[in-house]
Amino acid sequence: MMRPFLSFTLAALLASSAALAAESEALPPPDLEWSFEGPLGLYDRDAMRRGLKIYREVCASCHSIGLLRYRDLRALGYTESEVKEIAGQYEVPAGPDPAGNTVDASGNLLTRPATPADAFVAPFANANAAKAANNGKVPPDLSLIAKSRISGPDYLVALLTGYGEPPAGTELAPGASYNLYFPGHQIAMPPPLSPGQVQYEDGPEATVAQMSTDVSHFLMWAAEPKLEERKNLGLKVMGYLAVLFVLMIAVKRRVWRDVH
Amino acid sequence: MVNVNSATLAGAEPSDSREREKTGGEGTRRDFLLLAATAVGAVGAGLAAWPFISSMRPAADTLAEATLEVDLSPIETGQAITVVWRKKPVFIRHRTADEIQKAESQNVAELRDPQPDSERVKKPEWLVMIGICTHLGCIPLGQQPNDPTGNYGGWFCPCHGSHYDESGRIRQGPAPRNLAIPQYEFIDDTTIRLG
Amino acid sequence: MTAHNPASPPFRNPVIRWVDYRLPVFTFMRDHLGDYQTPKNLSYMWNFGSLAGIALVVMILTGIFLAMHYQPNVNGAFASVERIMRDVNYGWLIRYLHMNGASMFFLVVYLHTFRGLYYGSYKAPREVLWMLGVLILFTMMPTAFLGYVLVWGQQSFWAATVITSMVTAVPFVGEPIVEWLWGGFAVDNPTLNRFFALHYLMPFVIVGIIAIHLWALHMHRSNNPTGVEPKGPEDTIAFHPYFTVKDLLGVAAFLIVYLGFVFFAPNFFTEPDNYIPADPLVTPHQIVPEWYLLPFYTVLRAIPHKLTGVIAMVAAIAILFLMPWLDRSPVKSARFRPLYRMFFWIFLLDCLILGYLGAQTAEEPYVTAGQIATFYYFAHFLIIVPAVSRFEKTKPVPESISVDVAAREGRRPRRGVGTKKKEEVA
Repeated sequence: MMRPFLSFTLAALLASSAALAAESEALPPPDLEWSFEGPLGLYDRDAMRRGLKIYREVCASCHSIGLLRYRDLRALGYTESEVKEIAGQYEVPAGPDPAGNTVDASGNLLTRPATPADAFVAPFANANAAKAANNGKVPPDLSLIAKSRISGPDYLVALLTGYGEPPAGTELAPGASYNLYFPGHQIAMPPPLSPGQVQYEDGPEATVAQMSTDVSHFLMWAAEPKLEERKNLGLKVMGYLAVLFVLMIAVKRRVWRDVH
Repeated sequence: MVNVNSATLAGAEPSDSREREKTGGEGTRRDFLLLAATAVGAVGAGLAAWPFISSMRPAADTLAEATLEVDLSPIETGQAITVVWRKKPVFIRHRTADEIQKAESQNVAELRDPQPDSERVKKPEWLVMIGICTHLGCIPLGQQPNDPTGNYGGWFCPCHGSHYDESGRIRQGPAPRNLAIPQYEFIDDTTIRLG
Repeated sequence: MTAHNPASPPFRNPVIRWVDYRLPVFTFMRDHLGDYQTPKNLSYMWNFGSLAGIALVVMILTGIFLAMHYQPNVNGAFASVERIMRDVNYGWLIRYLHMNGASMFFLVVYLHTFRGLYYGSYKAPREVLWMLGVLILFTMMPTAFLGYVLVWGQQSFWAATVITSMVTAVPFVGEPIVEWLWGGFAVDNPTLNRFFALHYLMPFVIVGIIAIHLWALHMHRSNNPTGVEPKGPEDTIAFHPYFTVKDLLGVAAFLIVYLGFVFFAPNFFTEPDNYIPADPLVTPHQIVPEWYLLPFYTVLRAIPHKLTGVIAMVAAIAILFLMPWLDRSPVKSARFRPLYRMFFWIFLLDCLILGYLGAQTAEEPYVTAGQIATFYYFAHFLIIVPAVSRFEKTKPVPESISVDVAAREGRRPRRGVGTKKKEEVA
């Protein structure tokens, strides 16, 4: 549903590349349909799990997602032991050992496997390390990326699928890639996804569009993990308020009868 | 908010007798409506208080850190480690056969806080307890090899001189109770989970 | 009509009687919430005062619980807010209630203010009541701003920088004052700490002003849609149960709107940028205040001179203080003032335009449009209102509230009910 539209826009825009060159404003991202939209919309567990896989295998090599804890993955339907196993694949600095040391004999930081209580391990130790490895720009943390951009998930999909050849006459800065949806069109992130890059165990084919939607779905959850709890409670509260409102109208009419 | 006002509303006398005459047979219907609205409002206000009360309970991150798994395998016989669990020091001691024997053979009846060693351990060779003196909250010595161990071969609290034995039971000094045993279980032979 | 009603019968309950003799809280409640005589023709536009009170109570309540988890420290503030959103039990609910509550508070206060402007509620003898209301609005704005900064997102930080930098417009002492405000040489940890302290304090200042506002209200009681003061018992009814019930109905409707946003569109009023942690080295592409400050932001930007711009922005609110003296018309309600009524709606439209322009980038045609709208804003107060009140030919005002009510219902006036012992009171 989204692919044809995308390629259409892409073709249309590249055709009018002269106009485009003058226009450095980013395009508004296409409006996609998401299961979590609307007052009843909830997350799609399968999409989120696929998204997590993409985050771990692709995004996580540059982007941190520091506000997530491994225990949060229970919301994706993983069991306690599965979460423990995922966490255990990462190493975090350990506290002092029984002898009070924080470093080993060769001076390296002591580490231990992460536990569900730990935050997602960041790819770089600090901002400068991240900068040095990424052309002088720190890849943004992804914890809130879906909420900190206008029409967040739509924008993320547009960005991930919006790479292309720059129009003639456009000079790209060193290391930059051309992206239709990025403000200024020059983005430091090279195209991160290629078809079949991630092995999906089951479900859809791992096209770039599919992977983009899945990871955006996951990132939306990461940014707003309480969405389902919020909507569930919201429906009950609204039901309650409807009853209260009707009752209050009746009481008000009854009380005011003798005035009118 | 809602319920307070509607409560006064329902409890109030009709503001004058003329009004009561006027409403006449509808009085009961009005009473019922008021009662229903008051009840609904009161229930709503009561439920609305819950999120606020609940917000003061331990949060998810606090709870997640409230359990701690400790691998016991690196601790040699006769060695002890201190781990931090729920912001408290927990003493874990791999007891020697001699210590176990002493702890078990102690006559319970003559203790200040009578407790057999078997009630204080899950496996006799592993003594796990909270390292906070039951007197006034200092941390007793006895974990490090060079530490004083007191007159009973266990732990000694330097603050006011409480002596604990090989089972962490109070034997001498001002402390009223034995060192506390935390909630824990063995999840396999050499791993315990605190909390 | 006096506030205290000496003719009231004694309380039947002996405990209440005992307490009331020593501390007349029950008499006070009866006189101000129970028998308190209120014009019987108040429309639903008169609900916004009580709703504003409810909104403030909700803000204080949610704020106290947020403060239990918030860390006013540049290194921990943003993360502590996210911890509230993620880990604290119902923290997301309390935070969204507080965030949207600010918008709702301003919404009802603006409606309350425009109602006052429409029905001439600022006119004698209610000038002080009106001015206290303007003072509340004046106090709410810095309170809201301080709270917005606490989140310590990008918009928070840069809003704090921009707003505090306005002080540098003051000649000679501007620089020292802004350093004093910051407690340093930029918006930083000391700034955040004091903003937190003040944000916690200000709502209680507002509560104090509201108490005086209500005191002034009960002195001459509510205005009403006719703008004609009550002339006798047939014009008024007891506050309880009539207006307690009506206010509570308003509360139920308000909660539907408010909680609708909280549960189903909690980020409707905010800038996405504020979910990016503050970065003192990167300015966002556009700094947009919250919607309720947008009209004033346009006024600030409309004037190309720094000091004058700041003065104009403050004057845009302060000019409301003068409304009782700018409008000399003897008729209160716009219902009987066709010309004023027309200009009222144009003024309201102008305010909406100012708000819209505040959210636009500082470029043409928005700048010129902002200047025109700003000019009109001040012209409304300084030229139109005085001129209209002088030359307007008003429609005949009804003889009394009950005559008007009867005429609107197409019948002859009758004695009001729920007005017991009005003879003695009057």
